Amino acid sequence: MKITTPASAGTMESGDIMIEIESGEQQSVEVVLKSSVANEFGKQIIATIRGAVEEFGLEYAVINAVDKGALDCTIRARVFAACQRATGSDAFDWGKRA
Amino acid sequence: MTRLRRSMLFVPGNNPGMMSDAHIYGSDALMFDLEDSVTLREKDAARLLVHHALKTIHYGECERVVRVNPLSTPFGKADIEAMVAAGVEVIRLPKTETAQDIWDTETEIERAERKYDIPVGQTCMIAAIEGALGVVNAYQIASASPRLVAIALGAEDYCANLKTSRSLEGSELQYARGAIVVAARAAGIDCIDTVFSDVNNEEQLIKETRMIKQLGFDGKSVINPRQIKPVHRVFMPTREEIMKAQRILAASREAETRGSGVVALDGKMIDRPVVLRAERTLELAYANRAVFEEEEA
Repeated sequence: MKITTPASAGTMESGDIMIEIESGEQQSVEVVLKSSVANEFGKQIIATIRGAVEEFGLEYAVINAVDKGALDCTIRARVFAACQRATGSDAFDWGKRA
Repeated sequence: MTRLRRSMLFVPGNNPGMMSDAHIYGSDALMFDLEDSVTLREKDAARLLVHHALKTIHYGECERVVRVNPLSTPFGKADIEAMVAAGVEVIRLPKTETAQDIWDTETEIERAERKYDIPVGQTCMIAAIEGALGVVNAYQIASASPRLVAIALGAEDYCANLKTSRSLEGSELQYARGAIVVAARAAGIDCIDTVFSDVNNEEQLIKETRMIKQLGFDGKSVINPRQIKPVHRVFMPTREEIMKAQRILAASREAETRGSGVVALDGKMIDRPVVLRAERTLELAYANRAVFEEEEA
């Protein structure tokens, strides 16, 4: 699956995360995170974002994320929404684990 | 014990901050909304958000309801599939007008249950009646499926459909409320009243809740956690009612022990409906125990 257009999902509200996704020049998934809890949970948040992108089926992407204290389930939902919008795909496997 | 539905808290489906702690306020049910509170361009994101929240967050004793978009929109089918896959307890169908709306929704629910290995019939339904045609067809709707656990009144759309507006005393809703209670009772399911929109007017909220309780409603939709406690207080039986109910049930148990079909208390015969009402009173009393404890503290 490939990114056809830059896309975003989420908000800057408390408890949410803003995800912006675009195709990068590197052949990898790069994540740039801004979060007030980056020192405590930064690695975990980045791993959750990266895992959701790969689970969606994207191998290459640049993600800019601004976290406002989102739970893991919110991070995953926002990443999937951004990926769907960026790839134009509307087929989501609702049977996969949370 | 039957499930209590005194309060159903509306939670916008694209607001993760509200979704993460919606269960701490003590409402009997939570209704995550994918319909009116979500803009067209955010429907996909809200569907993903509610799906993942339902699969991850433990909402305790709260009944988990999702209001999906109608099947006549491009979003309805996907909403139902995503919510059933997440194990939602109740699908709330908006703007229900005929029994066919229920059957069409049921077909989609069953399709999703089979696809995701969920026991067929496990997912329940609530039908919201929000127009004149729905009120006219209320009994056909309420009795259309064994999945239906309640019907609910949605007053804003109903008033627009009737070419009127909402008033404080609610005279424009009298017929719809009466029709919905009667239809629900005839079908043996619950009925839930519409929201009271002015969150700063607790006095009127209490007045309206007393009125709908007297009509026979089981509960009310609420749009703010502040409205939960006042609604529950209205549905809380008085001490006298509780004591009387306890005596009626004691007499009923004693008659059962004696093998007698006749229940008597203070020299008067007690009919079966009185015993059922006493059971309901104690269920409500039990559900309100937190309020009693708080008042006594």
